[in-house]
Amino acid sequence: MKLAAKHALCSGCRVCQLACSLSVFRENNPKMGLLAIEAHFPAPGRYEIKHCTQCGECAAVCPVDAITETDGVYRIDEDVCIGCHACVKACPHGVMIVRKGEDVPSKCISCGACVDVCPTGAIYDLDSGEGGR
Amino acid sequence: MRGGYMGKILRVNLTHGTAHSEPTDPEMARDFIGGRGFVQKILYDEVPVGANPLGPDNKVVVAPGPLSGVFMPSSGKVQFGAKSPATGIMGDANMGGHFSVEIKYAGYDAIILEGMGNRPSVVVIDDDKVEIVDGSKYWGKGSSVAEKMIKDDLGEDFQIAIIGPAGENMVNIACVSHDYGRQAGRCGIGAVMGSKKVKAIAVRGSQSVPLADPEKVLEYGKKMFYGCFEKPGFREWTPLGTPGVTPWVNEVGAFPTKNFSTTYFDDHEEIGGEALKERIWLTDKGCFCCPTPCGKYSRTTVGKKSAYVEGPEYETVALLGGNCMLSTIEEVAYANYVCDELGLDTISGGNVIGFALECAERGIITEEQIGRSVKWGDIDSFVYLAEKIARREGIGDILADGVKVASEKFGQGSERFAIHIKGLEWSGYEARWAPAMMLAYMTCDIGAHHNRAWAITYDVAKGRESTEGKAAKVIELQRIRPSFDLLGCCRLQWVEIGFEFDYYPVMFEAVTGRKITEKELYDATDRVWNLTRTRAFLELPDFSRASDYPPARFYEEPIPTGPAKGKLIKKEQLDEMLDDYYELRGWDENGTPTRETLEELGLETCIHDLERAKIL
Repeated sequence: MKLAAKHALCSGCRVCQLACSLSVFRENNPKMGLLAIEAHFPAPGRYEIKHCTQCGECAAVCPVDAITETDGVYRIDEDVCIGCHACVKACPHGVMIVRKGEDVPSKCISCGACVDVCPTGAIYDLDSGEGGR
Repeated sequence: MRGGYMGKILRVNLTHGTAHSEPTDPEMARDFIGGRGFVQKILYDEVPVGANPLGPDNKVVVAPGPLSGVFMPSSGKVQFGAKSPATGIMGDANMGGHFSVEIKYAGYDAIILEGMGNRPSVVVIDDDKVEIVDGSKYWGKGSSVAEKMIKDDLGEDFQIAIIGPAGENMVNIACVSHDYGRQAGRCGIGAVMGSKKVKAIAVRGSQSVPLADPEKVLEYGKKMFYGCFEKPGFREWTPLGTPGVTPWVNEVGAFPTKNFSTTYFDDHEEIGGEALKERIWLTDKGCFCCPTPCGKYSRTTVGKKSAYVEGPEYETVALLGGNCMLSTIEEVAYANYVCDELGLDTISGGNVIGFALECAERGIITEEQIGRSVKWGDIDSFVYLAEKIARREGIGDILADGVKVASEKFGQGSERFAIHIKGLEWSGYEARWAPAMMLAYMTCDIGAHHNRAWAITYDVAKGRESTEGKAAKVIELQRIRPSFDLLGCCRLQWVEIGFEFDYYPVMFEAVTGRKITEKELYDATDRVWNLTRTRAFLELPDFSRASDYPPARFYEEPIPTGPAKGKLIKKEQLDEMLDDYYELRGWDENGTPTRETLEELGLETCIHDLERAKIL
């Protein structure tokens, strides 16, 4: 799965963030979602979806090579991570988080929980469609 | 309370400048569920009978529900309540957006504002940290202007509920606004916030909503979303949202036009959903987790004036469009923007301005009193009157009290076309040829509001002359729709796309761990319904059956034009329906809840209070 976004379809409902937190962490909390919606209001009146593109910037800055790529998806090896959070700071989309009480950051692994429930298909899988529901 | 509830209620005292939290009462959660149930229960218990709505004894209670913020469709409704300055009885109003869920994530099941500040403030809630900060620099500013300023100061991730100048000036039809265009509009809650000098409540939360069964919520929440996606209405209804209903309401002769003098607006195609979508729409603007956003964000231009505005929603199209005869979507949207910035409820605002225009046309108020000539369908007249009302200037000071009070002051028969019940102005369905809808307005516990029972479709389906079976249907709707207001989620998927109600008790159990039947949920709505009714009798010495009647226009003047030409409702029909309604509700012929009814619902306090007031 390769996540992609059609920002103009986003209505800012944030179900993607909540689906993510509940699927990944079993926590009902959109603030723990590994993607974000930026609202640009009152002007110009549009939403912007910030999501992981598996760009690898996180891996590039990791001092201990804890983040590695398999099949186009970057994952963090918890046993190797030293909790320096350089990756969180480097993420160009600002969608890596550090959960309360945890040292190891969390990042999107393109599981598709967000895609599954986005009512408009604003966030979608580039491998299987063009967005829209 | 295993899940769904955050376990705390935040109490903010503006007189003393203090804030503390208290545990959420499990018995209140059991009997009143949350949302509007919490709002009305807390108001009943804590605001003394006879309190001045704009004085220190009144309170503003804000409550999400146990399902607010949960992974399921449209879990983002919040209820605001207070003793209403417009009606003198308990009022409430709800809105969507993202305020409800932020209260939950900050850790609260309700916020109570009490006492009275002596300088403008903003209540800033950041999880457990609560501060009452100086709000002077935002005071006097329009709702969206001030909301942006507060977000710039505190952070974009704060959610804001804010009043405009109308609220600050304690205008009886002042609303509470949020997220650049959502409103808790009815009952003048904005004026009560203004009386306490609270410009805004800003909330940010980082906590999770506890779930009794997270696996089940994940699985069932997905099922609910897919249930919505699969409904034909998901694709058919969503693109136009609520204003999509405009042509139908005109076709069935129920569109408020020219201060409810008639029920068909010749220019309705120019102001409905199609016109909105084609000419001014920028983006859909969904409330939290909404699969079918009615929120349409627009940019409108009228002459040299241009504005961003959320909407117009159907109610605004009806009351600013038809009722004030603004005949283009651009003008309706601009008038909507003006009301939003000033902090005026568009439903009551469209009523009050329509009423003023009719008074002016009839010579009941003069050009000299108004300060200029005003006319139907004129955006400049509309904006002039809206600003006068919001600032309580000149004639606006009288109109600011709503059509009931204004008509009492103007006299000369204007009471006949002051369109309200119990002091609350009528929303967007004219009901002279829709008996069930008429009864829904007559018996709505806060006044003439549509949200408790949208019964006009039943009239159209079952016969528009007959009153038979209408009371039972209205009560059925008054149980289903208010259930959503207790749960803290939106009813529109059920109303508009036919999403089944059966899903909600199942989700309630997955979230809270408490098994609940539809009957138990309806009983909770009945508890609230009898609580507000009891309270109305306690508050107003002359509250009676007469309080449930509509204005005389509806049973004295046949509809003059359009598909419903010649129709009116007879007074004996109103009485037939009220008799049926009271009997089915377990109320006496004056509409007072009986001892047996209150006992069945466990409302012993109401029995005691009515006895003490010698009403029971």
